[in-house]
Amino acid sequence: MIPKVPITVTVNGRTYEREVPPRLHLADFLREDLHLTGTHVGCEHGICGACTILLNGDSVRSCLTFAVQANGAEITTVEGLGTPDDLSPLQQAFREHHALQCGFCTPGMLMSTIDLMQKGTPATEEAVRGALSGNLCRCTGYENIVRAVLAAMEAAGPEGKAAEGTENEAGANG
Amino acid sequence: MDNLPEDLPADLNLMEMRPKIIGARVQRVEDPRLLTGTGQYTADIKLPNMAHLAFRRSEMAHATIDNIDVSAALAVPGVIAVYTAEDFYGQITPPRAESKTEGFHSTPILPLADGKVRHVGEVVVAVVAESRYIAEDAAEHIEIDFTPLPVIADPREAVKNEVLLHDDAGTNVLVDRTFGRGEVDDAFSQAAHIVGGDFRTTRKTASPIEARAAVCEWDRGRRTLTLWSATQVPGVIRDTIGDVFGLSGSHVRVIAPDVGGGFGCKTCLYPEEMVACAAAIKLGQPVKWVSDRMEDLVGTNQAFDEYVHAELAVDAEGHILGLRADVVGDSGAYSIYPWTAALEPVQVISFLPGPYRMPAYAARTRAVATPKTPLGAYRGIGRPTATFVMERLVDLAARAAGIDPVEMRRRNLVQPHEFPYRTGSGLVWDRVGFIESLDAVTDSIGYDDLRAEQLKMREAGRKVGLGVVCYAELGGIGSRIAVAPGMPINTGVETANIRIDATGAITANFGTASNGQGLETTLAQVVAEELGCRVEDVEIRHGDTSLMAHGSGSYASRSAVLAGGAATVSAREVRANVLKVAAMIMEVAESDIDMVGSRIYVPGTDREMTLKQVAHTYYQEMGRLPKEVREEVPLESTRSFDPYLGTAACASHAALVEVDPVTWGVKILKYAAAEDCGRIINPDVADGQMRGGIAQGVGVALLEEIIHDEDGQILTASLVDYVLPSAVEVPIMDVMHVESENPDNGTGFRGLGEGGIIGAPAAIANAIADALDIDIREIPITPEKLFRQTGN
Ligand code: FES
Ligand code: FES
Repeated sequence: MIPKVPITVTVNGRTYEREVPPRLHLADFLREDLHLTGTHVGCEHGICGACTILLNGDSVRSCLTFAVQANGAEITTVEGLGTPDDLSPLQQAFREHHALQCGFCTPGMLMSTIDLMQKGTPATEEAVRGALSGNLCRCTGYENIVRAVLAAMEAAGPEGKAAEGTENEAGANG
Repeated sequence: MDNLPEDLPADLNLMEMRPKIIGARVQRVEDPRLLTGTGQYTADIKLPNMAHLAFRRSEMAHATIDNIDVSAALAVPGVIAVYTAEDFYGQITPPRAESKTEGFHSTPILPLADGKVRHVGEVVVAVVAESRYIAEDAAEHIEIDFTPLPVIADPREAVKNEVLLHDDAGTNVLVDRTFGRGEVDDAFSQAAHIVGGDFRTTRKTASPIEARAAVCEWDRGRRTLTLWSATQVPGVIRDTIGDVFGLSGSHVRVIAPDVGGGFGCKTCLYPEEMVACAAAIKLGQPVKWVSDRMEDLVGTNQAFDEYVHAELAVDAEGHILGLRADVVGDSGAYSIYPWTAALEPVQVISFLPGPYRMPAYAARTRAVATPKTPLGAYRGIGRPTATFVMERLVDLAARAAGIDPVEMRRRNLVQPHEFPYRTGSGLVWDRVGFIESLDAVTDSIGYDDLRAEQLKMREAGRKVGLGVVCYAELGGIGSRIAVAPGMPINTGVETANIRIDATGAITANFGTASNGQGLETTLAQVVAEELGCRVEDVEIRHGDTSLMAHGSGSYASRSAVLAGGAATVSAREVRANVLKVAAMIMEVAESDIDMVGSRIYVPGTDREMTLKQVAHTYYQEMGRLPKEVREEVPLESTRSFDPYLGTAACASHAALVEVDPVTWGVKILKYAAAEDCGRIINPDVADGQMRGGIAQGVGVALLEEIIHDEDGQILTASLVDYVLPSAVEVPIMDVMHVESENPDNGTGFRGLGEGGIIGAPAAIANAIADALDIDIREIPITPEKLFRQTGN
């Protein structure tokens, strides 16, 4: 057996110390070890985007990242946004625009959206579609997702990306 | 959700001002949990002492299994057990879907391949270990000796029966059916124009973003099996698993928790579900299996895959005289449970005549076993192929007759005064908006102007084309018509149980299950409106066989119609009983009171009670009501709903596309669809179903294709090779709902779930054909195929 490796990660504002096998991918670490099952696994080969999380503020595919690579990192998952009783503005926009059906792609969509907003993606239909092209949704046909994202961008304004970001740091229910 | 003003003045006529909940844009009750990662999908379930299951799958398409050596796998630390087919002898009775269809041959559904393998990806050995990583490692250490058998991958060759896939069936042709009426040969001899030829729709897969998964727990003491499965049909699975393991239904509970999309592929019993149960029983510890995407692409039932020869005869004015068709469907290795191999290819010829008047029709269809992944159900089942072929034929005939394609359709659509109309295949269209849909869609795109604009663009050298299509389908079908011909289960009924408990809470239980389409919201809307409460007052439970004596699930555009119908009759009964009890408590006549928003009023007075107060009095206050009231007027109702026949639903779709003359890539510039789905429960949900279906249709038309080589090896075993549409490929869509006249089926709901995918491939194909002045005979239409076809 290959020895386990100690890691320290901060997820949704809470710090965890764990020992993990070197080959454990980050999605499994979050889901199995930390019981944060909001991050979904749709393909395990980097195509569907369902497993997208924020690692030190950048969106990454947690199925293509090893847990050991996250040592010392700050991670935000969907559990770090709003709660069922208090949705974040982006989550609220998804709800208002019926931007989800089965919800399986949704956590990844939300995390990718936060990333595209932080990166200053222009609030245009085309730019949003392009920025979300790495997140597959089989249910919605995307149009309502694009609408929700545009609405969230508009509501947030140029500074708004920070607002959603700050909330993450607070770790609403990590 | 604000459907009701908080304080209703008591003196208003409540009946008149009752807000409409059915038809309202209610935000979904599922969303808060699904948006925050607090939903629970099957893969999220963890049980104490849970073991993990992985499979070794066949790398061969057709071969005998000579020897399996599992010793190295068993030696891997953390491995708990390794099973091959013999280990389940006596424990599992493999189910077989029999059918009364003429010329039908059944096949078993095996838990593990036994003696021979019949497709790449078939499960051969099961490994149970302490973690999924260990189970997958160990599966690779298994040595299997195969002797290859001849592979006939092309179903048109397999019909010759030179190599049999199932010896006991005695043939590869699992279904052979013909439909027809009228004198087809006469029709063709009188025709001014005959168009047609060979058409092909290649293999697809539904590929929900959540792949399949199962968790099984066996309670040894109580001899009770609980299976959580990412399935659309928990009721079907419960009934079958009971027989498979010789357990009574009361000892089997199947739960479909949050399901991450299904689109039909999760409507079958699968080998992995049986193995998870068998292993949990043998080991007395919970067992979990979660499919990865590669397994999904080789092990989940696939779809489409037909060779269609079809010809259409029309007179000089473009009136359809007759249609003939011969379909060979590639069924893959097994006849699926419960739908059988008849499902897809029979639907093709059932729906081929479409919404058109057609005096003569003759069609034959065969379902042929080949060494490939079994063909199952995928949204639309057979109808996307039928519509693609028929709508190509109509365009070809319009061109031959020199008639505008939209005018051609207007001339041939069944007219409002002709309903009910029996098609050549025997389906009956009740009054539905064929013409209204076509009008709505051509109005929305501005058909005539767009044609003029298209001319200008083409003069400027742009390859722009317009495609308009119509189709009809049946939704919400009752017990008179089988979803798949002659199959073993009753798909025509659903049951609701609605009850008001001692706290005044309303729980509505259903036998059906959601696969992500928002059923908790739409059913709550139906219950709320019929009962007289608010949407948020209703707790909808579904997807759990312990709730109901019988139920099947979500498929065939049925849940809104059937479960909605059951909700309607059940809620009306509960409402009547609540009013009866309240009238007694309030000492007024039943006819003098009304219930809105869970409040019971005497209009014109200030007298009112809440539902909670009524329930409290009814259940808790001894002596307040005569004992007969509790004995005879339950605040609960269980009612089933069977629409008996089905209702027609229909749509028209239009696509404007541009083909890039350099890359041969296709861009959809404009897309519109108008559908008649009857009375709409929730416009957002209805729109969402349409949009999602159209997006899948874009994939069918342009991108998606499961490719096998001639050895039966699958060349598209990842999402890099099997390309799903992303936000970039899916166009903005103008989606419209027309309500021609609501069907007389008790609720006015028609089926809706499948529509989008049925029209889109045909509309896009017709548009591309128009753009390039070519014929399109095969989908998907890839840049490579266009490049070859145009000879550039
Ligand atoms: S699961 Fe990571 S990209 Fe699909
Ligand atoms: S909502 Fe189902 S995959 Fe996106």
